[in-house]
Amino acid sequence: MAEETAAPPAFVGPLDDKDRIFTNVYGFQDWGIDAAMKRGDWDNTKALLEIGQDGIIEIIKASGLRGRGGAGFPTGMKWSFMPKESKDGRPSFLVINADESEPGSCKDREIIRHDPHKLIEGALVAGFAMRARAAYIYIRGEFIYEAKVLFAAVEQAYAKGFLGKNACGSGYDFDVFVHRGAGAYICGEETAQIESLEGKKGQPRLKPPFPAGAGLYGCPTTVNNVESIAVGPTILRRGAAWFSSFGRENNKGTKLFQISGHVNRPCVVEESMGIPFKELIDRHCGGIKGGWDNLLAVIPGGSSVPLVPAAQIMDAPMDFDGLKGLGSGLGTAAVIVMDKSTDIVRAITRLSYFYKHESCGQCTPCREGTGWMWRVMERLRTGEAEIEEIDMLQQVTKQVEGHTICALGDAAAWPIQGLIRHFRPEIERRINKNKGAAPVMEAAE
Amino acid sequence: MADAPQIPDEATVRAEWGDFAWTPENAAQADKVIARYPPGRQQSAVMPLLDLAQRQVGAQTNTQGWLPIPVMEYIGRQLDMPYMRVYEVATFYTMYNLAPVGRYHVQVCGTTPCMLRGSDDVLAACKAKGMHKGGTTADGLFTLTEVECLGACANAPMVQINDDNYEDLTFDTMTAILDDLAAGKQPKIGPQIERQTSCPEGGPTSLKEMVSENHDYRGSW
Repeated sequence: MAEETAAPPAFVGPLDDKDRIFTNVYGFQDWGIDAAMKRGDWDNTKALLEIGQDGIIEIIKASGLRGRGGAGFPTGMKWSFMPKESKDGRPSFLVINADESEPGSCKDREIIRHDPHKLIEGALVAGFAMRARAAYIYIRGEFIYEAKVLFAAVEQAYAKGFLGKNACGSGYDFDVFVHRGAGAYICGEETAQIESLEGKKGQPRLKPPFPAGAGLYGCPTTVNNVESIAVGPTILRRGAAWFSSFGRENNKGTKLFQISGHVNRPCVVEESMGIPFKELIDRHCGGIKGGWDNLLAVIPGGSSVPLVPAAQIMDAPMDFDGLKGLGSGLGTAAVIVMDKSTDIVRAITRLSYFYKHESCGQCTPCREGTGWMWRVMERLRTGEAEIEEIDMLQQVTKQVEGHTICALGDAAAWPIQGLIRHFRPEIERRINKNKGAAPVMEAAE
Repeated sequence: MADAPQIPDEATVRAEWGDFAWTPENAAQADKVIARYPPGRQQSAVMPLLDLAQRQVGAQTNTQGWLPIPVMEYIGRQLDMPYMRVYEVATFYTMYNLAPVGRYHVQVCGTTPCMLRGSDDVLAACKAKGMHKGGTTADGLFTLTEVECLGACANAPMVQINDDNYEDLTFDTMTAILDDLAAGKQPKIGPQIERQTSCPEGGPTSLKEMVSENHDYRGSW
């Protein structure tokens, strides 16, 4: 009976060029406003604003768009948390998170340097919908060229009257400011980003209060990822039904995938949510180095998600729920591919070093735990450890996970848990080999 | 702590930088930056001003610049912030140099996506030129730092030297870049292989019309 009433199978790619949102993703053409307008940006934006604030939020909700920064929270719902009117005169702010620092992620960079007007138009539309006074785009400090483009693109939009007083002739006043970071992964966390914007060190705040109640300068604030904001105008132009025609239930839309590591041709590409892993790699990356039999494991969503072994990832749908079902996650869709030449323990150890380096130092479990976990991982890498220490490490990751203000502690714990879950025999092999080798060396002396 | 910055003696620093002030252009730029934030929220400008100051120090010393204590105090006075609040920011973020660096700041990304594609070779190319992590070469030309993910993973391995990215590196191309810089030549910025930005090597697998013209796909919506 289920078969008879079942809906047609979900569309999971490949995407037609006409359905790609970021048409200048590779920068073959000019990023400037005139070229961008020929591609369809800033095309009667006034009409989009005339849909009305609640109307825009309803369309975004209906489109099924989930936040593209990693957590996958429904974007329309997030916008609806903002106050509809200011009872005490406080303005509202939109903060756009362009602090792209998750190892593996390099999509916001392409949007900003090649299609910045999609982001800026999206900032106006989203800011209007949530009744914000202004948007601050927080771009990571190392994106020096990208920030130059963004500053210039914002000036172009002001010069055309698309921003500022009476933006796009809508009667709504809206400003967009660009703020450069200075090198801190943690500032990608929304409350750390707000602290940083206020001119402080980027240490996350305790929640509640949530930013929608008291965020930047104590005012209602929504923090959204670059991609979530930049797809907004196209969704409004083409309709919620268009966007939700891609991908599986609860995992709708198109997505920029960033494939790095051991594929023949690494790239950034926009595809349908839910595209099977193998098709994504074969179609856009020329397959795995050395062929599919050479695949060892994949980190499918940026460094913070656990790795998935080759056999499980092959046919997996690349979306939030599909990868969650494999004990991993879509994250930012930063796909790190590792073939059998990889020293898998070293690859994860390097991530542990990353989290040790990037811990802000505020919460003890993370500040001390990331360093401790890295040092143990270093010994597991060389095999200079005891078998029991694998379990001890596993327990410590559980004591860090969930015991910190922000998710950096979790993010540091998960890659290690994934390694132990799937590659414990490899870790044990190194320890045993080291133990076996030691007496031989003594004898040789 | 071997890689901790070697901060010069404070008396020396004060003698050299005690009378730091913006150049006229940077003074105007600083005002422009402060105007981005609501009145009374000028503290928000501390990060851009520290960057601006580091660049001014760099221009005056023909290096990539750093932040002597009197410079931080100067910014604190301008923004009406206690010096300690400025110092907190300067020490929290990695892009602020707390000690002098060389003419070229070579920042090799060593995080896993770059590691998988050969950042060891890139570091080896630097070391072959006499560089070591956290140090500046004797001629003052190169400072080497291993940094965490710089967000160009589809073009790994990569290095950021001063304001420019060099991507898709090998031992040989990295060596060539360093040779060019040492000889006063500007190497090609971006991918060091035949490739358009983060497009697949050999040509796009999507949006092929965009290669030759600014195509408007709305016609087929």
